[in-house]
Amino acid sequence: MSDKFIDIQQVAQSFKTKKGPFLAIRDINLTVAKGEFVTLIGHSGCGKSTLLNLIAGLALPTQGLLLCANREIAGPGPERAVVFQNHSLLPWLSCFENVYLGVERVFGASSKSTGAPAETKPQLKARTDAALALVGLTAAAHKRPNEISGGMKQRVGIARALAMEPKVLLMDEPFGALDALTRAKLQDELLDIVARTHSTVVMVTHDVDEAVLLSDKIVMMTNGPAATIGEVLTVDLARPRSRVELADSARYLGYRKAVIDFLYTRQGHVEKVV
Amino acid sequence: MVSAVFHSPLAAPDANAPSATGVATQPPALPAAVPSSTPGRTPVSWGAPGWSLLPPLVGLGLLVLVWEIVSVVTKGSIPSPWETWLQAVHLFSDPFYRKGPNDQGVGWNVLASLQRVALGFGLAAAVGIPAGFLIGRFEFLSRMFNPLISLLRPVSPLAWLPIGLLVFKGAHPAAIWTIFICSIWPMVINTAVGVQRVPQDYMNVARVLNLSEWKIFTKILFPSVLPYMLTGVRLAVGTAWLVIVAAEMLTGGVGIGFWVWDEWNNLNVKNIIIAIFVIGIVGLALEYALIKIATAFTFEEVKA
Repeated sequence: MSDKFIDIQQVAQSFKTKKGPFLAIRDINLTVAKGEFVTLIGHSGCGKSTLLNLIAGLALPTQGLLLCANREIAGPGPERAVVFQNHSLLPWLSCFENVYLGVERVFGASSKSTGAPAETKPQLKARTDAALALVGLTAAAHKRPNEISGGMKQRVGIARALAMEPKVLLMDEPFGALDALTRAKLQDELLDIVARTHSTVVMVTHDVDEAVLLSDKIVMMTNGPAATIGEVLTVDLARPRSRVELADSARYLGYRKAVIDFLYTRQGHVEKVV
Repeated sequence: MVSAVFHSPLAAPDANAPSATGVATQPPALPAAVPSSTPGRTPVSWGAPGWSLLPPLVGLGLLVLVWEIVSVVTKGSIPSPWETWLQAVHLFSDPFYRKGPNDQGVGWNVLASLQRVALGFGLAAAVGIPAGFLIGRFEFLSRMFNPLISLLRPVSPLAWLPIGLLVFKGAHPAAIWTIFICSIWPMVINTAVGVQRVPQDYMNVARVLNLSEWKIFTKILFPSVLPYMLTGVRLAVGTAWLVIVAAEMLTGGVGIGFWVWDEWNNLNVKNIIIAIFVIGIVGLALEYALIKIATAFTFEEVKA
């Protein structure tokens, strides 16, 4: 497999505002290998989410090129599934139906690219059940999103994304709105799921511990506007990782310190930069 | 409007803050069973049987009292509540009689009006709701029709009546046309606003899942627009019921509005007052039914 599963070349993105164009990110060069877990970290407004939206295809870059599996990213698609920050489940559908919606679209019709035939309804239902089982929500399958907790909603969001068997899982601060204990639990679950599915993940976060715990590579971004990649830190910790054992591992603490140094010493003075 | 008097009894149980007058209704031995949002005070639950009916009954009593005073002051040219009640009992003992085209029971008149409203409103829904979806979905159509809607919406529906008479050459279709034109605007506008306010997050989900246009419509657009649409429907039915009375006064024939005008020509004030109550009660029933439908299909609170 290619080392450059996702290949971002000289990407810049600006937005039109009333005061003229606003350059959000510039000169972004990044590659993500297959099966790699990459986190984007930086202060608010540094364009992390902008970059993620570009990879998702929800926005198109004003300059540069984004490739996924050697094909240009021209729009959103199920091979690059997104877990949204606010889960974005459809409130009028049950958890099962929310997941099924994506499964049906991806596997319910015969695939042009792989030639796979359309799957039958029982097969689609089995896929949906399996995805819900993966995140431990079999019991809540027929509940509506407003009947379950925030952590459970986020897990449904992850199940919906994973059920489509995406090439890349894109996560936009997926645990940002959760309390610390739920967040830790979901991080552990995510580690477990990623280990089993060998997913390629790009995740936006502003939590240093989350970044070090989960990532193979931490992409640290400078402050916006006109943000770019300041530094890329390779996290060389053996998997499976356990948060309890890592808590006093010198290397873990070293990585943690490196990220904190970048964020609060070199990029700490947001006001001065702006 | 008379219907406003009928709205207040519904709203009253919620609007009244707990006061000390009903302490005796609460069994003191069961403090845990008392549903209370303010611990430390013994609240009066206006929802308790018996008490829930009191505020609306006081309101109705006040209406009857004012009516009686007006009746006395005008020396009987406005009939008293009791006389009107007797007349109503007489009238409703046989609501479905027919003695020629201009003398039919009040039941037939109400049904005739409801039929016109249903036809005009149904046509307006059939045109207005799809139009609202299109205007909401496509920027071009929105810019194209917004000036037209802004221009035509404030026009009194009755101003359309002569056009209807001219085009359709008959009082009955002209009345339906008037209902159509007055009830289409709230449905077009509310549906369009609903479509424009579909959360971007949901549309992003649709884009990432690469849903077909049909799936987007049935699974995302329609369910999220439904509350807005039903509000539009509710406003439209309310307006239609207001307008039909006035339209029928002008067109004649059978209908509650014509009946009011006919009784005015007969100087039968008791029947006019009865008609006012009938119009109010039917309007209230329509509103209530639509709120029930709206809550059944809505995932947020229906804003009344």
